[in-house]
Amino acid sequence: MSTRVPVQKTYKLYIGGEFPRSESGRTFDFNDAKGRHIANVSRGSRKDFRNAVVVARSAQKSWAGKSAYNRGQILYRLGEMVEGRRDQFIAELQQQGSSVADARREVDDTIDTLIHYAGWSDKYQQLFSTVNPVASPHFSFSVPEPTGVVALIAPQDSALLGLVNYLAPIIVGGNTVIALASDKKPLSAITFSEVIATSDVPAGVVNILTGYRSELLSQIAGHMDVNAVVYAGDNVEDRKTIQSQASLNVKRAIFSEKQSQSPYAILATQETKTTWHPIGL
Amino acid sequence: MVYGTKGYRFNSCRARQISVVTGELIMQASQQPYPNWQPSPAVDQVGVEERIARLNTRSIKKESKVQALKLALSMIDQTTLEGSDSAGKVKQMCYKALHVHDALPGLPHVAAVCVYPTMVRVAKAELKSSGIHVAAVATAFPSGQADHDTKIQDLRYAISEGADEVDMVISRGAYLRGEYNYVYDEIAEFKSICGDVHLKVILETGELGTLDRVRHASDLALAAGGDFIKTSTGKVQPAATQPVTLVMLEAVRDFHQRTGQKRGMKPAGGIKTAKQAIQYLVIVNETLGPDWLTPDLFRFGASTLTNDILMQLVKESTGVYQSSDYFSQAG
Repeated sequence: MSTRVPVQKTYKLYIGGEFPRSESGRTFDFNDAKGRHIANVSRGSRKDFRNAVVVARSAQKSWAGKSAYNRGQILYRLGEMVEGRRDQFIAELQQQGSSVADARREVDDTIDTLIHYAGWSDKYQQLFSTVNPVASPHFSFSVPEPTGVVALIAPQDSALLGLVNYLAPIIVGGNTVIALASDKKPLSAITFSEVIATSDVPAGVVNILTGYRSELLSQIAGHMDVNAVVYAGDNVEDRKTIQSQASLNVKRAIFSEKQSQSPYAILATQETKTTWHPIGL
Repeated sequence: MVYGTKGYRFNSCRARQISVVTGELIMQASQQPYPNWQPSPAVDQVGVEERIARLNTRSIKKESKVQALKLALSMIDQTTLEGSDSAGKVKQMCYKALHVHDALPGLPHVAAVCVYPTMVRVAKAELKSSGIHVAAVATAFPSGQADHDTKIQDLRYAISEGADEVDMVISRGAYLRGEYNYVYDEIAEFKSICGDVHLKVILETGELGTLDRVRHASDLALAAGGDFIKTSTGKVQPAATQPVTLVMLEAVRDFHQRTGQKRGMKPAGGIKTAKQAIQYLVIVNETLGPDWLTPDLFRFGASTLTNDILMQLVKESTGVYQSSDYFSQAG
């Protein structure tokens, strides 16, 4: 009997509902805690990012146009799909250095987070909308609307939960996102993109890149067609880069070291639109 | 009805045939059909596609890219051909043609604006002596399904309104029936009406079906006197493709080698990105040489290409990828 050679997964990017390799053809090594080689991970380039922005931009309008209830259903579906792949996610987190208990907890929290934001999908608007008292014959009201295309620099230390913690509130609010996964622990993000691809999330709404943060940060922050950058981390130099580059098109630069389940996380990538409607005329 | 060597049908009721290769009329004393034994060369489809794939691997970067983008910009026929076109929209498009992106100095203007005949006067008034031509589509654009007199009237109207260039459509129905004489005569007659007005002959390659027919129709249009041959109306899919463009450029090249005359070519429809535009320029350069890299002999028919080229040019000068939010729309 011959010995079977296991089929290894190729870790690729996720852009526009497809899994391309980096256009640059580059990869970087991912080794586990013991130094064993686990995978060649695609090393995304600024052109990959640009391509992702193009598809994210074209997907944004129809994603924001879906009913809030529908977006909630899709997020719920994401939770269901992660649940079905529990063992895979746990094993992968262990490869990236987590203990079994930590990995289990992280996957549980990831699913709970998705369900949490699925629930908020048609409720945060009520929480953050206002009717404004004005001294003229107008009915004035303000509602949150998605800011558009958001770039997310995901946390370095939390491969799965960290990503989902930031990603879910961005997309539930009708934004599309290009997420740069942790370059220290990139595997879970790509496996999570397989979940996205099978959960009725329209192509282009979530795009996930792997690559070096140091290489891509300035390009991400400077891109004129990105409306907001969410940076999960505490590196002062990185923040400086983002702030100076983000000023080019006055995009929102949102810095957050930790994120927990909260409707205010949704609000961070929303714009407030105020309408003045004449009355009594 | 008889069949020629390449399966072309020849209408036996007609006494004369046209050699599309030499452009000469082959007169025949008897009423017998005279098959044209000098058909256009056969097109090797696999070869064409491989050549395109190879040309697309050319890397045009930095300074050369900027030059190529500026050249492509100067070759654009900024087009609006919608049923909903209004004077306001055409004025807006003309303003865009005059001021493509004032924030970046040193840019060329586009070659022409392309509109329906009823909008020619509006466009002329806007563009005045800017050097930007006004092209009108005529002869029952886009289908070509009208009787001969109506087409002539349409053409005369476009010219009387002041069009500098006319984009005509060939009668694909007649062409596909094998009535090449009819198609040839029509083009020749339109050209004689046009006089100095530039005549672009739209083959609507998406309806011709094969590259062999594209080549044959190109030879026919060039022999009949078309100043430009143009791929498509933009109303039929597929519109301009690179293999079709290569075949048409080869027809222009062979025509030039035979006659010494330089004729132009215009791919139109579906060219949306700066990258595509540069690929087309590479194909032109490799097929016809640098002499054809001029708006007088090569054009792009496009409605959204301009802004993508501008975004790439601004990216080259600032190093930052651009957003369409910061570029004026053509209409």
